[in-house]
Amino acid sequence: MQKYSIFSLMKNAFSNHEKWDLAWKDPLPKKEYDVVIIGGGGHGLATAYYLAKEHNIRNVAIIEKGWIGGGNVGRNTTIIRSNYMHDDNALFSEFGMDLWRRMSQDLNYNVMFSPRGIINLAHSDAQMNVYARRGNSMRLNGIDAVLLNREQVKEIIPMADFSENVRFPIFGGLMQPSAGTARHDAVAWGYARQADSMGVDIIQNCEVTGFDVKGGKIKGVRTSRGDIKVKKIGLCVAGSTNVLAEKLNMRLPIETHLLQACVSEPVKPVLDSVVTFGAGHFYISQSDKGEMVMGGDLDGYNSYAQRGNLPTLQHVLTEGIAMMPFLSKLKMLRTWGGIMDMSMDGSPIIDKTHIEGLYLNCGWCYGGFKATPASGWTFAHTIAQDRVHELNAGYNLNRFNTGQLLDEKGLGTKTWIS
Amino acid sequence: MLYIKCPHCGWRSQNEFSYGGDATVKRPELGKEVSDKEWDDFVYNRKSLRGKHWELWQHLSGCRQWIKVERDTATHEIFKTLKASEEIS
Repeated sequence: MQKYSIFSLMKNAFSNHEKWDLAWKDPLPKKEYDVVIIGGGGHGLATAYYLAKEHNIRNVAIIEKGWIGGGNVGRNTTIIRSNYMHDDNALFSEFGMDLWRRMSQDLNYNVMFSPRGIINLAHSDAQMNVYARRGNSMRLNGIDAVLLNREQVKEIIPMADFSENVRFPIFGGLMQPSAGTARHDAVAWGYARQADSMGVDIIQNCEVTGFDVKGGKIKGVRTSRGDIKVKKIGLCVAGSTNVLAEKLNMRLPIETHLLQACVSEPVKPVLDSVVTFGAGHFYISQSDKGEMVMGGDLDGYNSYAQRGNLPTLQHVLTEGIAMMPFLSKLKMLRTWGGIMDMSMDGSPIIDKTHIEGLYLNCGWCYGGFKATPASGWTFAHTIAQDRVHELNAGYNLNRFNTGQLLDEKGLGTKTWIS
Repeated sequence: MLYIKCPHCGWRSQNEFSYGGDATVKRPELGKEVSDKEWDDFVYNRKSLRGKHWELWQHLSGCRQWIKVERDTATHEIFKTLKASEEIS
């Protein structure tokens, strides 16, 4: 594989950048693989990369119905954080933060990781208390957390509404300075390029039509481009999890819902951290191009549409304008939607299943992008070793049966309002 | 924007309704021994398929009645609405 560097860039400048190698190949599916990963999104590509890199399993195929990186890894708001209270979430995410910090070097691909900090705003004394508690829990798990008062918040985000008599005054906030953003497409492409270079077959435009299961064991997968013999399958399909689970006669604690995001026209630098509104559900950051990147609530009913509905967008942006009034002057550049695998307790599932050789990675709700490296790393371990790693032990499927839910927000099973 | 035909009030905009999830989920019968699996299926497990989906909505800013709606989860086309008491055929 061609290494990307200042020297290769200069060398290729002489040929007008027309002689670069393809970043990954377009192979025909083979008849048999050691492992097949279904879903060529961030998590699937990362899983294949870590299978090859950490476990030396290279006879691997990634099967993708559309094109790689065309789902949620290309549709998110690129926020990376580990500001969780519960140990299972905190330790998993903080492990991921380490992988994020090294990712550009590991992948030889600039993922533009920008640790600009995230601030969750608080709008009451009670909320400050809750944030203090969460911040303390984070620090006990070795994650940086700073409780900011109103004046400190004002210094960092002066354009927020600090006027008197507002409905939701800013009391302060909880900041994780090491959180940030990254270039989401580069994450998918970087993992794809490295996985491909280690022998992984990336097979696009290939739809899974069924599974070959005999005696409770995976024997193969049927696809629109032929049958493939395989003993281990990793399912990494986010919002399409239930569609494939149906083909396996499995019912899962997952519902598929639509989440929208949008960007404004580009403006000069005005916001250098990620900010979330504490009295509703709205988050914002500014991209390197100057666009304000915004998102919030789900559309509120089961959906596979991959495009949003106006009432939710209006509601979300109303919150944004309450928090930062200058947003009302901006024009909207683009809006889009992605379909989320919303789990019943708000936490993901990375686990084995009752079918031998079938491994499940789903339930990422709002937080799939930031989990990409840690999810790929632990899922690769779970598949290669046929047992969960301690980092994803809390993300077991059985918790819904035993009642040991991982309910970070404590909102219950109404996925469309959590 | 969805337009939902409330069986009590007629066509109304989505803004007047709130969502209540899968309408085919049934609580295990009272007074009978219920297995863990039955509880799981009632409380957590959902089909949530692409295509036709029977779901509950409440006409919150209207008659406040719960209704059943058959909607396509990919196209949002609404095929049929029923009163909460009416059985899905």
